[in-house]
Amino acid sequence: MKQSVFTPRLTIAFFLIVLVLSAFLALPLTGAAATPAKIGVVLALTGDLSAYGIPQRQALELARDMINESGGVLGQPIQLVIEDSRGDKNGAINAVQKLATRDRVLAIIGPTLSAEMFAAGPVANRSRVTIMGVSNTAVGIREIGPYVFRNSLPEALVLPETVRRSKEKLGYTTAALLYSNNDDFSKSGADTFREALLAEGVQIVATETYQTSDTDFRAQLTKVAAANPDVLVISSLYKEAALLLRQARQLGLTQPVIGGNGFNSPEFISVAGSAGEGAIVGSPWFPGRDHPKVREFVTRYQERYGTEPDQFAAQAFDGLFLFAEAIRIAGSTTDRLAFRDALASIKNFDGVTGVFSFDENGEPSMKANILQIQNGVYVEL
Amino acid sequence: MPLQQLVNAITLGSTYSLVALGYTLIFGTLGIVNMAHGDVFMAAAFAGLFLVNVLGFNIWVALVGAMVAGALLGLILEYAALRPMRRRPDISRLSSLISTIGFGILLQNIFLTYLGPESRTFDHSFQSSAWSLGPITVTPSDLMIITVSLVIMVGLHLGLNRTKVGKALRAVSENPEASSLLGVNAQSINLVAVALASAIGGAAGMLVGIAFAVHPIMGLPYGLKGLSIIVLGGMGSVPGAMIGGLILGLIEVMTVQFLASSWRDAAAFALLFVLLVVRPGGLFGQPYSRGRA
Repeated sequence: MKQSVFTPRLTIAFFLIVLVLSAFLALPLTGAAATPAKIGVVLALTGDLSAYGIPQRQALELARDMINESGGVLGQPIQLVIEDSRGDKNGAINAVQKLATRDRVLAIIGPTLSAEMFAAGPVANRSRVTIMGVSNTAVGIREIGPYVFRNSLPEALVLPETVRRSKEKLGYTTAALLYSNNDDFSKSGADTFREALLAEGVQIVATETYQTSDTDFRAQLTKVAAANPDVLVISSLYKEAALLLRQARQLGLTQPVIGGNGFNSPEFISVAGSAGEGAIVGSPWFPGRDHPKVREFVTRYQERYGTEPDQFAAQAFDGLFLFAEAIRIAGSTTDRLAFRDALASIKNFDGVTGVFSFDENGEPSMKANILQIQNGVYVEL
Repeated sequence: MPLQQLVNAITLGSTYSLVALGYTLIFGTLGIVNMAHGDVFMAAAFAGLFLVNVLGFNIWVALVGAMVAGALLGLILEYAALRPMRRRPDISRLSSLISTIGFGILLQNIFLTYLGPESRTFDHSFQSSAWSLGPITVTPSDLMIITVSLVIMVGLHLGLNRTKVGKALRAVSENPEASSLLGVNAQSINLVAVALASAIGGAAGMLVGIAFAVHPIMGLPYGLKGLSIIVLGGMGSVPGAMIGGLILGLIEVMTVQFLASSWRDAAAFALLFVLLVVRPGGLFGQPYSRGRA
């Protein structure tokens, strides 16, 4: 380099930057004594996955306002610092890093996807900041580290319950298992279903597979019809599930249908139409449940946003109330370690999705709602 | 094999044939593989869906509308992505392959951006009704697919052999230079070929949309099947595309019935491979295509 790096202009700029930075650093120190409970939030708010992230943000903001209206926690209001991950792993890592080190939040809610949690969870864990997913259902979230939690029910818990309760009700003994074998979600759902069916003593008389993006399932269904099972068990994304079901009904397969989480979408009902009637699905959320908390949540959400809260909104809503409970138990709005231990100790928390506990391994434990589609809406089985 | 599976195979095969016809017409005339065909198929299906669900048109009117939409997209494709490439004899034929891929991606993303990735269905009684005829079940959309495919295939066959435009099309496909010398305007024949192929693709998209659902990436699997069928039937061969589509449909359904459903695509493509080893030019093609590809 020919010249000195420190030209007069650069020197002034350097000092300005130092000044501004020190002002930022000083902020948290000055107000440390009685601070609001600062909760970081990382969600997919733009892009493809914003369909999941936006209801989550709306529910969190509603929960924050409801908590603050009734006096906050420990006399302090809850403050949300919301970051957009765009559904991207790097976006989630950056957001968590910023929340943990610059905003110095007490704990973090999010990110939206399991894949993002696998990337960003370790970052939070290293900074000893509790991070809790409100929509992560994959296997192995809890194993990331002691500071990583989730309140969303894993598939391995919901599907066996769906099989057990539907069998009680329908008393079937044979089943056909249909699933798309080229996406992780459907395949792992099918494996869980298979184990659950065998455990309940149900005989699987036909197993047929297809690919996600297939549209014609009639060859497989004609074969299933010949095996004549008591029920059809389907593990697929909503699009394939709905098309398959429509073709099944057209081909005269009138058996009851049990589905995985792909059935848990208003889109499923709209594509399947009348073929979706009677389908049974396990869900963490049932907006029609008769409980004052559910009614209040659904009414206020609808008033504020004009739509019915979905499963993502409901789990996010319960997530912030769980955090508030943990702050109350910990007795501090700033002690990160006390917060972690308090959260892990929560048992029998009464939320909108049901009675929630963390088990001894810190995994969520609660009863799933088993729903059935009747006249185009989900009702309890 | 249950009779029902035969019905399934014919319906599935007919849609494959229609998709393959579009590829083969363009390849036969222009000597290029149109990678945007699957996306024209999708866009035309959306046009049909719009006509039925939003404007409330009859399903047959909408079918014609989808074909017109397909033809218009074909014209845009010709002017935007094919003709500029043809004007430059110095660049490789691969460039028009790439420009059609680009056109397809653009089309797909326009639909993804404005309509989202959701599946939509036709508001029509075709979607849920079915008739039982003894051991088999036939749906109205099955009958529509089979009838429309038959009409288009017979019409195309007659048109290519009996009409002047059809003969010109075949002449250009046989030898573009010689037909040019004989007074055939190759430029406008190319335009006709692309528009006609895209209109047939549009009809296929509409039929698949009625039988199943419409979404922005629906063209992808059908495009791949269509491409493999023209290889099977013989590049540029019209009867090859028709028979090839039915054969692929039959192989797929038989694989599900007698082997296992997870072998569906693998078995179909393995058989294609064997057929090509035995007949490298495809079922209806010459061992070596006419010095074009």
